[in-house]
Amino acid sequence: MKLPLRELRRRPAQFVVATIVLAFLTTLLLFLGGLLDGLYLGSTGAIRAQQADAVVYSANARDSFLRSRITPDVRREVEAAAGVDAVGGIGFVLLGAQVPGESKLADVAVAGYELAPSGVSAPGADGTAVADSRLRAQGVSTGDRLLVGPAETPITVVGFVDDTGYLLQGSLWVNLATWREVQNANRPDAAVTAGVVQALVVRGTGDLPQAIDAATGGATRTLSRADAVLSLPGVKQQSDTFNQIISSTLVVALAVVGLFFSLLTIERTGLYGVLKAIGASSRRLFAGVVLQALIVAALAFAIGSTLAVAASAALAGKVPLQLTPERFVLTLTGVIVAAVVGSAISLRRVMRIDPASAIGSAS
Amino acid sequence: MTVLDMRNVRKVYRSGDADIVALDHATLQVDHGELVALLGPSGSGKTTLLSIAGGLLTATEGQVVVGGHDITSYSAKQLTRFRRENVGFVFQAVNLVPFLTAEENLLVVDELGGGRGGKAAVTRARALLDELGLGSRMRNLPAQLSGGERQRVAIGRALFNNPELVLFDEPTSSLDTKLGEQVMELIRAEMKARDTAAVIVTHDTRMTDVADRTVAIIDGRLAAGAVPAG
Repeated sequence: MKLPLRELRRRPAQFVVATIVLAFLTTLLLFLGGLLDGLYLGSTGAIRAQQADAVVYSANARDSFLRSRITPDVRREVEAAAGVDAVGGIGFVLLGAQVPGESKLADVAVAGYELAPSGVSAPGADGTAVADSRLRAQGVSTGDRLLVGPAETPITVVGFVDDTGYLLQGSLWVNLATWREVQNANRPDAAVTAGVVQALVVRGTGDLPQAIDAATGGATRTLSRADAVLSLPGVKQQSDTFNQIISSTLVVALAVVGLFFSLLTIERTGLYGVLKAIGASSRRLFAGVVLQALIVAALAFAIGSTLAVAASAALAGKVPLQLTPERFVLTLTGVIVAAVVGSAISLRRVMRIDPASAIGSAS
Repeated sequence: MTVLDMRNVRKVYRSGDADIVALDHATLQVDHGELVALLGPSGSGKTTLLSIAGGLLTATEGQVVVGGHDITSYSAKQLTRFRRENVGFVFQAVNLVPFLTAEENLLVVDELGGGRGGKAAVTRARALLDELGLGSRMRNLPAQLSGGERQRVAIGRALFNNPELVLFDEPTSSLDTKLGEQVMELIRAEMKARDTAAVIVTHDTRMTDVADRTVAIIDGRLAAGAVPAG
């Protein structure tokens, strides 16, 4: 395997174009993936953080928190359903909030809860909130008294929690009474009466969706937590769209590697003929092509990753770009697979090179 | 003792509905340390004969034995190994690996055989290059060498695995007269020193001066002298 490595070292110019193109494709893949992750994580954190197995909506809500209402009667039926261990009310309202010392309104999602999500303590005193850490970027600090919505309902921030955004807005985790107060003062058109919540989060065992919806006689629609995440507005559509773009970009990367190494193999036909004549197997020559493709891909990934990290730093706070370690691993895997599959296009060409060509066409 | 023994070898190519006979019942034997010049015009079948002798092509009919190996019915995989271990080639266009130094061009033979270019291989490569008068040029790339030096490196590569048979394809065609003569003398000296058999394909009649025997080939048929006289 010294031969392909020496060629890389001594003829780097030959591989520069492919490396640069792959590096830019890697940056694009990471950028798109980072946007997807940023949008997904920023939109779904509040639901992913729920320490619950299922989410219960009213039957006519079409899986939307904002359209859903659960009355105390229905709640009692849910609590009595088979397999249900614990039930908590939950509700969201999206509003702007005045932050002390800031001229711009902060986008907040006031989230009322009973069963504490991951990282959030049990519901606190009226008018207090644990804030999602993304609100720090909008100037929110512990102890700040925010004035929420057009009614300027006061909420005091008592702490922060990571990764609990809701539809790209920073959550303010409050008790249900405070949530109702904010909802009714700022959204009188969607006011909720005492005891009413938007949805329920449920802990339990067994087939909870089936058991709960049967117990309520069809008054509810229950989803697993994972399905509830995907039913958030735009989440599935965003994921599908970005994943299609990412897949297309990977196909382009594969085509780039395939085309490049095919051309290189054509250029090397004479050399491969000689090497085959003096005893090189097609397998060895092809392994050399794959090794070179892997090294080019790894180098391109390193350059592309650096560019993506720099772009992410430059755009921090302006776009919901989030580069996660999982995204780096996934992109590296994708680029490596593209390199191997792309270089495999050269296999047939390498196999077909006739060692007899080394001494000219047989007369 | 016979190193190359080709008996009644025929090679037929199919071209559309027609059969083209490139080699017609050729019988050729070459002994240890013997240099045979294969002389013939373009299209006479000499390259086909060389290719079959070196396991680059398979014969349509007949038998080919090299160094005791009957390669007549070898598979492509067996032929690859046979070429690596038993035959040396020197090509018309030299065909060194352009991004490897002179020394590495010899060591590539070791690498293709699964070696790692260890101390023994490096020592052998250096000794061969020294012997070929390239002791001070072993770290040079082919582009930094003259035509004659490149041909000498190619000879070193062909001899690296101590083959019993070395096949030369027009070894002096790209060299001027003086260099050509020097290379021919070198080939003779190296083959004789190692008692290695050699077949030299050429249409240069000067090669016959250094060969022990000259065999003419015309239209795929070998003329008299294809078998050693003694």
